[in-house]
Order: sequence, then structure tokens, then C-alpha cells
Amino acid sequence: MSAAEPGRTVALVGNPNTGKSTLFNALTGLRQRVGNYPGVTVARKSGQCDCGDGTKVELVDLPGLYSLSASSPDEQVVIDALSGHLADDRRPDAVVVVIDATNLLRNLFLASQLSELDLPVVLVLNQADVAAEQGVKIDADLLSRRLGGVPVVLTSAWKGEGIAAVRRAIGEALRTRVRMPAVEWPPLVEEALADVAAGVAADIGRAPGRADVERLLFDSTTSVGQRLGWDAPRREAVIRAARDKVRRAGYNPLAAEPLIHYERLRRLLEGVVQGGGNRTGGSAAVDRVLLHRVFGPIVFAGIMLGMFAAVFWLAKFPMEWISGGVDWLKSVVAPTLAGLPMVQSLVTDGMIGGVGAFLAFLPQILILFLFVGILEDSGYMARAAFIMDRLFSWCGLNGKSFVPLLSGFACAIPGLLSTRTIEDPKARLATAFAVPFMSCSARFPVYALMCAAFIGPLYGPGWESVVMVGMHCVGLLFAVPTAFVLTRFVLKVKPQPFVLELPRYQMPKPRDVLWRMWQNAAEFVSRAGTVIFAITIIVWALSYFPRDPAVEQRIRAASPGAATEVVDAQVQSAYVEQSWMGRFGKAVQPIFDPCGFDWKITVGVLASFPAREVIVSTLGVTYSVGEGAEADSKHLQQVMRDAKWTEGPRIGTPIFSLAAILALMVFFALCSQCGPTVATLAQETGGWKWAAISFFYMTALAWLMAVAVYQGVSRLA
Amino acid sequence: MTPLSQLLPGQYGKLASLNPERSVDQRLMALGLLPGMVLKLVRKAPLGDPLAIEFAGQVVSLRLTEAQNILIDVAADCPIQRPRPPA
Ligand SMILES: Nc1nc2c(ncn2[C@@H]2O[C@H](COP(=O)(O)OP(=O)(O)OP(=O)(O)O)[C@@H](O)[C@H]2O)c(=O)[nH]1
Ligand SMILES: [Mg+2]
Repeated sequence: MSAAEPGRTVALVGNPNTGKSTLFNALTGLRQRVGNYPGVTVARKSGQCDCGDGTKVELVDLPGLYSLSASSPDEQVVIDALSGHLADDRRPDAVVVVIDATNLLRNLFLASQLSELDLPVVLVLNQADVAAEQGVKIDADLLSRRLGGVPVVLTSAWKGEGIAAVRRAIGEALRTRVRMPAVEWPPLVEEALADVAAGVAADIGRAPGRADVERLLFDSTTSVGQRLGWDAPRREAVIRAARDKVRRAGYNPLAAEPLIHYERLRRLLEGVVQGGGNRTGGSAAVDRVLLHRVFGPIVFAGIMLGMFAAVFWLAKFPMEWISGGVDWLKSVVAPTLAGLPMVQSLVTDGMIGGVGAFLAFLPQILILFLFVGILEDSGYMARAAFIMDRLFSWCGLNGKSFVPLLSGFACAIPGLLSTRTIEDPKARLATAFAVPFMSCSARFPVYALMCAAFIGPLYGPGWESVVMVGMHCVGLLFAVPTAFVLTRFVLKVKPQPFVLELPRYQMPKPRDVLWRMWQNAAEFVSRAGTVIFAITIIVWALSYFPRDPAVEQRIRAASPGAATEVVDAQVQSAYVEQSWMGRFGKAVQPIFDPCGFDWKITVGVLASFPAREVIVSTLGVTYSVGEGAEADSKHLQQVMRDAKWTEGPRIGTPIFSLAAILALMVFFALCSQCGPTVATLAQETGGWKWAAISFFYMTALAWLMAVAVYQGVSRLA
Repeated sequence: MTPLSQLLPGQYGKLASLNPERSVDQRLMALGLLPGMVLKLVRKAPLGDPLAIEFAGQVVSLRLTEAQNILIDVAADCPIQRPRPPA
């Protein structure tokens, strides 16, 4: 960048699913998520783009939208970015409108609206490869001439074709500052717009932007009036009078805008586009099967079953390799630290054990996102939403809730972010409330440990699978009535529209799918390296200290003749019991006593509130602290099987009875134990109120259900 | 004129009228669904609702209740002529 150049921003705008993010990645070399579903990008992201001549601009990737009358939060992001009325935002210096070359007319409607923003424009006709395949011929030069010299570039962003031309066009637009010619409104409509502008200026003392005036005149509901601080009663009078004028011009005021724009565009496109008969033919044939009355739901159920089966069983092998590797690492490291028992314990129990237990779940995350990526990029995800809409509408949600809920099975956070495509704020809230109930991959370690240690050995692998699948349904089972009550009685959500474009099918692009997997895996691993690592160390320290040598001396003195291993074990458990964690766990244990949790499990439960997967490493620490290299996962399972109540009414019986295991799993299925989720929920629902409600509701529900399960099963058994 | 909700899958016709007061119809208009445009009911979802409609080279979903107020002049050469009798 030349030193004198002030930082300039260029925004990528366009209809959903046109390839904005793909183009963004090609121009900046960054890696934004892309996918064949309208609404993949839900927030603004920026990166540096070279204009081909060494000048750099800041390029901003935005969510897609069909029209400037925003209705959902992701669309509002675009409006805000373009008008620059947010405190820390500037208006962009130019706009690149990304257009799907296979559907010019519809895509140009937004471009035509944008002409009122008075910004330099570049039109990118993307997916030119698909258009060519369909036999569509586009005369880009003619279109450019008709638009007063606005650069029009044909690209195939995914193949990297035409990217250099886009760079040059951005540079050119910034230099020449060429605008798209504005619409010529019929005289009476023009007058009505002037009236509204005059009304605003008279009342708030400054002239409004043209785009704001159009929203005020043409939209039945808009937040522009509030934003400008234009007083409601005055506003209504002015707008009513102006709309009467539009009516006299022969237009319904609420239909005038699209009618006039589309009329203009039809004339504009005459001779620009040739050919392209059957544009939806190929996808229609696939839909005849995938959306068939009978086969459609069968295929859908098959895909879902296949996905979860793969996550459970396919992931088993790599998971075992990882645990094996972790155990091996421990056995290598432990002897080198034999002289320093405290450091040895910290490294093997705390660091390697805790983080290793967590990393073993990486294969599942990868497999889940492989499926999600393929479903999304093929175009099936929108069909799944279409199939599920009826069921969701029954509890007040809609088909667009499907993607957030499905993502929730991997991790609640991307799920919560993808609720932004839902227009109705109440339906959005209800969906966001339901997302943390989905059995995310962090719950998996708990189920896996319990099943591997108890259900499998005691009842056989068949029951192990049944319990695994069952636990994944528990959250869903409670989410449905919760959403039902919330939408019907608390929020009173009105039935909402479900207008979702069903994109054309395409071969999933391995590059995009793999990248999607990699990004999620990287996020998971970095969490293991930071949050999980830190919590593990803290838990380790709290259960290792204070380490008063007197405790050891007393035990050794009390039983001089006993075998050394027995005495060593007694010493270890005495230390854990009098550690900070032990004392705290014992104090709190009465609350969890009705669920059948002893103080060690209680410690695990409490330590898991910031991140639920911590339970595995915490149980590892509390049940086998100080045992160094031998404390592998097999060993932990053995220790847990042998654990018995040492006091109270249940003395001598196993702590991990069937009732307690099931209660523990149900508790983890329902409890709100994830700091980042609570924070994201607060961010997405605009305050801590709903995050707090969700936290207390889920936690109370988890406790109640754990008590019910423990009491019920222990009576039956 | 027939409400879109009563068309049979495969039937098409010209859009006669919609209701610009409703936000759904405003969305559809932004997508290019304007009076006179040819519109086809491609199919219904397996559970009977929502509908998939095709216009201007795109397929869009729409719920039955939203389709009630959208009136269609069913084309004379439509493969299936009888609109379903109202339930
Ligand atoms: N064949 C072809 N496909 C493309 C091209 N550009 C993008 N795609 C595909 O179109 C789909 C949508 O791309 P995205 O970049 O996610 O689109 P977007 O405009 O960012 O979408 P939203 O964020 O949902 O608004 C993806 O499946 C891309 O692989 C192209 O030039 N040719
Ligand atoms: Mg995008």
C-alpha cells in the first residue's frame, strides 16, 4: 500500500448463495465458510484485497439479502454496513454486487435498489460456468453500457476465473467513482419521495439519505423512522399523504417499488441475455426422488441415521488410536519425571491425561462436519428444511430452525449463530433456546466413558449402542416440549412465513467440505489447548493441594506391616479427600445426593460448568490422582468400577450403580454446562435475560431429571 | 381464478393477484413474483405443507396458509385441469 493511500473499504453485496464468500476467498486469499444454502454467511468479515496494481483495499464479506427491506438480523447487518450509521462504521467506498449469472433479473433487483445509495458499483456476474452449461449467453459489455459504464465482470469464482478482472474493476470503480444510474420514478412517485424527504428534514433538521426515504415510503414496517428519531405521529401523517400520491400514480404503495424496478430491469436486459431454457430441470429430476411423498422421508431418515451411525461407530477406531497414543505418551514421560512426584502428577494426570481425554473426540467432530458439509454443499440442506418445516411449525418454529438444530449436534455455538437467518425474532429466540439441548459433541465423552466402563462390560455392546443413541435423543425429547410451551404460551409466536429458496443441486466441492472440517477441528483443538487445558490444571491443583506430609506419615505409621501398594492407594485417596477440591465437593455433595452422586462426581459436575467435557479429565484426576503412568483410560474405568460408598446409608455398595450412571448421563444431557454457549446466547438474544433463563432452566431440569432417574431406577433394580 | 393453495402439483398459470400488505408477499415480490408472471406449483412437501413453487427460473418454498391469498389464472393448457374442490 502506498503510504498516502487512506484505508478504503469495499463491500461485497448480493443475493444469498450467489458466491460472495467464494469470491471473497479468491480475492483475499482468506477462507470464509461457503456452502450451497441461502444464509451461510451471517456476519460481516473483512480481509485485504489487492486491486491488481498494488493498491490494497479492505474487502468486506456480508450476508446475502434479496432486498433492502431487511427483515432478519443477518440482513440488517448488510443494511447497517452499507449506510454506515453504526458508531464504529464508515460507509464503504464502493460496492461489489455479486450476481448469479443464471438468474440475472432477480439478482439485479437488489443492484437496482443499491443504485440509490450513491456509491461506486462493480457488477460481478458469478457462476458463469453454470450459466454457460445451461446455454445462457450474457453480453456483459452491453449491460455495462446500458448502466452508464459501470464495470460488469463475468466470473467463475469457484474456479478462480475472472478474479484478476474483478481486482481491476474495483480499482477502476474507486478511481472513476462511476455510479449506477438511478431509477426513473414516475413523476408522482418522485414527488411522493420528495415529500417524505422534506418531512424528515423539517422535523429532524437534516436531510435524510435517499435510500432511507425509499424505505420509509415503500416498506410497511421499517426501523428507519426510529433510527432517524423521526417522531411517529408526524411520520405517519406525512407518509400517509405521500402514499396517497403513489396511489394516484396507479400503484399500490407497497408494491410500487418492485413493480417499477422490475419494469426497468426487463427493458435493461433486453438483448443482454440469450438462451437458457430449462434452468431448474436437473434439480427437478433429483427432487422428484428426494422430495417424493414416500421416498423423501425415507431418504431423509436414512441420511440422518447414517450420519449418526458413522459418528458413533466409524469414529471408534481413530478414537482408540488417539487414546492409545495418549497412554503411550504418559508411559514415556512418567519415568523421566520419577524424581519429581508433583511435576510427574501435573504432567501425566493434569496435562496429558486431561487434554488427551478431550482430544479423543476429534474424529467424531470431523465425521459430523464431513456430513454437514456434504449435505450443505450439495444443496440438500435446504430440502431437509423443506421436509421438516411441517414438524417444526407444529411447535412454532419453522424449517429454517433445522440447520441451527442440526449444527447443535456438533456444537451449540455455530448453531446459535445460524439462527440469524430466521426473520421472526421470537421464533429465532425459541430456536436459540432449543439449540443447547441438542447433544453436542462435548457430551459425547461423558456418554462414551460411562458406556465403555459400565454398560458395555455389564450388558454387552448391544445395550451400549442403545444407551448411546438414547442419550442423544434425551435432549431432543425435552427440547420439543420446551419449544412448544415457549412458542405457544410464553412468547406467543405467530405463524411465520417460510420463504426459502431451494438452490440447485451440485456436486459437493471437496475443497470446501474439507476446509469446513478442518476449521471446526482447529477450533476444537485450540479449545483443548486453552480452556480445557487451563481448567484441567486448576482442577488438578485443587485436588493435589494442600499436601501435608503428616497425612502420609500417619497412614504409614498406622499400618506398618501392610503391602506397599495398599498403603500407597490409601495415602493417595486420603490426600484427595483432604484437598481443597475434596473438601468443597463434600460440602456440596448433599445437593447431589438424591441423584446418587458421591463427592468425587460432585467435584466433576461442578468443575464441568465452564465446559462439560471436563468431567472426564476431572474424574480421571479425582479417581486416580498421583498414580502417574498407570492412570490410562482402561485403568480409570477399572478404578471407577471398583469405587464403593465409604460412608452414609449406601456404604459398601458401588458408587457407579446403573441408576447413578444413567442419572449422571441424563444430567449431562440436559444441564447448561458450557460458558461459551451461555455467552453466545446472550449475544444473540440481545442481553443476559434469556441466557440466564436458559441456564437456570436447563440446570434445574437436569437436576430434577437426574433425581427422577436415580430414584426410579434404583427402586426398580 | 384459483388460490395457489388449491393448485395441484404440476399446474401452472399467471399470477392474478397477491396482497402487498403482507410481509410474505412483499418478499415474493422482491424475488420477482409480480402480477402476470407465470407460476408453477412444483410439489408439496411430503407432509402436505409447505409448497415448492417455481417462477422466473427459481424454486422457492411457501406455506399453504400463505398461498391461500395468492390467486392464479390457471393456464388453459395445464396438464391437470381440475382444481381440487375446497376441503
Ligand atoms: N459452479 C460454481 N459454483 C460456485 C461459484 N461460486 C460459488 N459457487 C458455489 O455456490 C455456493 C454458494 O457460495 P457462497 O460463496 O457460500 O455464497 P454466498 O453468496 O457467500 O452465500 P451466503 O453467505 O449464503 O449469502 C457454494 O456451494 C459455492 O461452491 C462458481 O463460480 N461456479
Ligand atoms: Mg457467504
